[in-house]
Amino acid sequence: MAEIRVDNLQKSFGSFAAVRGADFTVKDGEFFCLLGPSGCGKTTTLRMIAGLELPTGGRIFLGSEEVTARRASERDIAFVFQLFALYPHMNVRANIGFPLRCQSMPRAEIHRRVEEAARILRITSILDKPVSGLSGGDRQRVALGRAIVRQPTAFLMDEPLGALDAEFRRLMCGELRALHDRLAATTVYVTHDQLEAMSMADKIAVMNNGLVEQLGTPREIYDRPVSMFVADFIGSPPMNFVEFDAPLARGDRSLTIDGAEIAIPELHEAASQPQCALGVRPEHVRLSDSSPLRGSVYGAEYLGTTQIVTVATARGFVKARLPSDTSVRLGEPVGLAFRPEKLSIFDRQSGRALCSALHGARHQGRAHG
Amino acid sequence: MADVCLDSVCKSFGKTEAVHELSLEIGDGEFVVLLGPTGAGKTTTLRLVAGLERPDQGRVTIAGRDVTPAPPAMRDVTFVFQQYSLYPHLSVFDNLAFPLRSPVRRTPLAEIERKVREVARLLHIEDKLQNRATQLSGGQMQRVAIGRALVRSPAIYLMDEPLSSLDAKLRSELRIELQRIQREFGATILYVTHDQTEALTLATRIGVMDRGRLVQVGTPREIYENPVDAYVATRLGSPGINLVPRSVFPAMAAPPAAVTVGVRTEHVRIRKAANGGALGTVSWIEHLGDQDHLHVAIGERDFVTLSDADAGLAVGDSVALEVTRPLFFDVAGRRVTNA
Repeated sequence: MAEIRVDNLQKSFGSFAAVRGADFTVKDGEFFCLLGPSGCGKTTTLRMIAGLELPTGGRIFLGSEEVTARRASERDIAFVFQLFALYPHMNVRANIGFPLRCQSMPRAEIHRRVEEAARILRITSILDKPVSGLSGGDRQRVALGRAIVRQPTAFLMDEPLGALDAEFRRLMCGELRALHDRLAATTVYVTHDQLEAMSMADKIAVMNNGLVEQLGTPREIYDRPVSMFVADFIGSPPMNFVEFDAPLARGDRSLTIDGAEIAIPELHEAASQPQCALGVRPEHVRLSDSSPLRGSVYGAEYLGTTQIVTVATARGFVKARLPSDTSVRLGEPVGLAFRPEKLSIFDRQSGRALCSALHGARHQGRAHG
Repeated sequence: MADVCLDSVCKSFGKTEAVHELSLEIGDGEFVVLLGPTGAGKTTTLRLVAGLERPDQGRVTIAGRDVTPAPPAMRDVTFVFQQYSLYPHLSVFDNLAFPLRSPVRRTPLAEIERKVREVARLLHIEDKLQNRATQLSGGQMQRVAIGRALVRSPAIYLMDEPLSSLDAKLRSELRIELQRIQREFGATILYVTHDQTEALTLATRIGVMDRGRLVQVGTPREIYENPVDAYVATRLGSPGINLVPRSVFPAMAAPPAAVTVGVRTEHVRIRKAANGGALGTVSWIEHLGDQDHLHVAIGERDFVTLSDADAGLAVGDSVALEVTRPLFFDVAGRRVTNA
């Protein structure tokens, strides 16, 4: 069993609290992403799981065993770093086999495992080449090979694709996920790239300021962000916020902005103060001549598959993702309409999402502000 | 402001041919983006226009004047590099004013003041004018670097991946600003990138480059909808176009020379195959939030389609695919169409 459980994990460097309390369980076979901006504590959390940092509080379990105080080498996990450090004087085969030679494994067994790793990674044809002439992607595959030959119970990866260009990153995302499935591995993956996390993860922990702000499936986090921070961090372009000041009561099904009545999911709680924001994803915005919520077209970005139209309103920019055959003219006055059942309402002071028909009664993780 | 013209320009470095017989006309007020992977010859092309490289063959003209032998300073061009280089000891104002204070230009003081303030307003750095360049964030520094190019009004602005050192959020912000600034200034820009989003969103025309050759030039829409070959088709679109052998779709009407069928992810209708008619199996669903990418295994092949998040398909389902707008390519990868 490669279940990983961290329990109120904390780490301070001097007076700086890098991780203020992380709680989560990575189930056996799960692809788990720690996602957040730089400085949120995600890499420190991963390094504590690996045994490269000692926590200043809390506990770590691998399966049923507590490993909090154990050395890295005594934990059955493999680590893949962002910068793939390969031995330049060795060929691909020797690089992949290196961890096994260090364990004095019999040569025949090393050979078998290296061949198998190469087959899984589809790099059999380059096994006997020097690593110096390899492309970035092949180098990364060799680094992965070195992790998988050990057949560990869990993989820990720290931005392993960060150094690759965008196009290649997308391809490697697919490969990594397929590899995870083929090995039936448990993977904890650290990234600041929300698209990587969305595309690969079974579960995402969004971290902010040393805390797990939201824990959920990619779909939950995208559709029901618990806070403005999460809503803004996920999605490209991110969620639009339309700020307004109005008292909101439990049971409300609409609100009014600049005289425009906007239907929303029924609120299950009242706002504690009137400063709020309406959160709407770009794909849930459409142009509607009859809508009283007005603006003018500020810019249009054609993306082939779709286009992003930026509309300047009295309350700031609103971005809409529209079919690429919708024609818009710059400066043209337009009305905006939103898909009611997909709207989130946030308290602007705490940043927290109000409970509603969309946002269930209680959120996982903890919001703070 | 004027037309810039490259006429059958070649440039080799030793045995490597970086640019091969490249011809391109850039009209007044146009935003032309050269798109291609590392090593395609984009930056060399830009440097040929700037005068930082001299062509082995061919001509470069700016506003009708042959500038092929002219040094950079005599060409009336400005260059924005990927890495911003600001004068750290100067304020933002002085960094922006620097090109105007050059003794050869002798710009009057009031004019410098006016120009710098105008550019600072456009780039939303008015409140930073008195800051030292080193007190700025990365995004602000890159805006100052772009601003330093904008204070002048050259025949053409040359930009080499000016946004690539910035983070995703800032990049998307500056993309739309750059688009707006170009319009407001009526500037002529030649811009180099390997990022298809930048090319699609900024360009009035895109030039797609492959190993030193300019393969296709056209509006973003033309290049996306009407690629001349399979290489160009794979350059644009996210997720990328599916390229599958013609034999995968035996019932599809196709030109006789077609060997490969290109299918954009948004040009597929997918449904559960009840009895027979199944083409593949759903192998993986990526929930990317705004859209789901549905991966369908057709034999050993991975075929990607967009699906509505509420389509009710699950991993393991047998599915049939209906292609609405296929593109056909011959054995050499060239586009072939129904006569």
